[in-house]
Amino acid sequence: MDEPNKPRFRDGIPYQALLLGGFATLATLLLVAANMATQGAIEQRQKEDLQLFLTQVIPPAQNASGLLENKLQLPAPGGKPVTVYRGIGQGRIKALAWELSGKGYAGPIRLILGLDAEGKILGVRVLSHAETPGLGDKIEAQKDDWILGFNGLSLGDPPEARWKVKKDGGQFDAFSGATITPRGVVGAIREGLRFFEAHKAELLDPPKGSQTSGRTEP
Amino acid sequence: MSGIYSKIARDGLWDNNVVFAQMLALCPTLAVTGSATNGLGMGLATTAVLVVSNMLISALRRIISPDVRIPVYVVIIATLVTLVDMGLNAWAHDLYKVLGLFIALIVVNCAILGRAESFASKNPILPAGFDGLMMGLGFTFALVLLGGVRETLGSGTLFSNAALLLGPWAAFLELKLIPDYKNFLLVILPPGGFILLGFLLAGKRLLDQRGNPS
Repeated sequence: MDEPNKPRFRDGIPYQALLLGGFATLATLLLVAANMATQGAIEQRQKEDLQLFLTQVIPPAQNASGLLENKLQLPAPGGKPVTVYRGIGQGRIKALAWELSGKGYAGPIRLILGLDAEGKILGVRVLSHAETPGLGDKIEAQKDDWILGFNGLSLGDPPEARWKVKKDGGQFDAFSGATITPRGVVGAIREGLRFFEAHKAELLDPPKGSQTSGRTEP
Repeated sequence: MSGIYSKIARDGLWDNNVVFAQMLALCPTLAVTGSATNGLGMGLATTAVLVVSNMLISALRRIISPDVRIPVYVVIIATLVTLVDMGLNAWAHDLYKVLGLFIALIVVNCAILGRAESFASKNPILPAGFDGLMMGLGFTFALVLLGGVRETLGSGTLFSNAALLLGPWAAFLELKLIPDYKNFLLVILPPGGFILLGFLLAGKRLLDQRGNPS
């Protein structure tokens, strides 16, 4: 249908190279521009999400304030430092929350874990994941209340050896058809609780007063 | 003139349906049709991309030379999907949280490349856009049908979580068809999807033969 008399140039290699190169350049420019245009908004949205998730994993009844202000950076075994958000009430750390990453079926599962000062879980929520819709996405609190089953547990309850999905000899249910996803979530929470035990002193040290001294608290 | 459009509509929705006739896009089809709602989300997101990509490729069809058309289409489609992904994430974040899972899957949807190659590259912009719309709606129809059957047999519900995708007004769509249903795992997993897809295909052939006994 559309066959205009082609100029010879169109049949040569240079035209093909220019065409492909041109489109690739154009696409790159567009993506760079879009990235610059959306970066701020996306970061803002993610911050709002974080705030929202923080209030979900640390219930307001804890009277813990200043979660976004009282940040603490700690080195983590994985290399990247962990930012711990800490809520303060009556001069003491009342609640803590930080981000975890679990190995999912399709890439990392980002979680946020909220603990009280004794290391008991106040709440866990999924921040982002790429699990199969309809199977693995039941870890989202909106779709299933599986993730709420962790509330109130800690590293001693159940004992550490039972912090696994049932298939691995632990006590947590997996979903039918998706074992890898819950396994990743349970494993990440277990690691998070271990992290709390290992860094208890620094984590529970209130920010004002002594910043660097190794004062230990029970 | 309207003859072309009604033929495009018939082709897209039934005769040449992406899933039931062309047998394209089976990977996203089987991946997301665990529930009717997911099928609907994937279908609508794909339709939007298909309309825009078809129109864009149709507009550029005189510039793109046949020898490098495929890589050029791939670059255009991938860019488009990434732009949609970023834009939704930034400005329609609530929708993104629901559709985000599906958007990345659209890039690998060969139906989009297929329409670019077989229709958009040979037709003017308007029919190309209309073809994208109809193919997309046909795809949506297939996904919702397959998702509905798999969800009913697999989990005993229909349109669960529709309110998350479409807003609170859609809550009436969420049905619990069979109370205390013990999930039928095979149907939810991709092999069950394949088997049910086979039955649906057989059903379509049967309908076509009844209508046209030759």
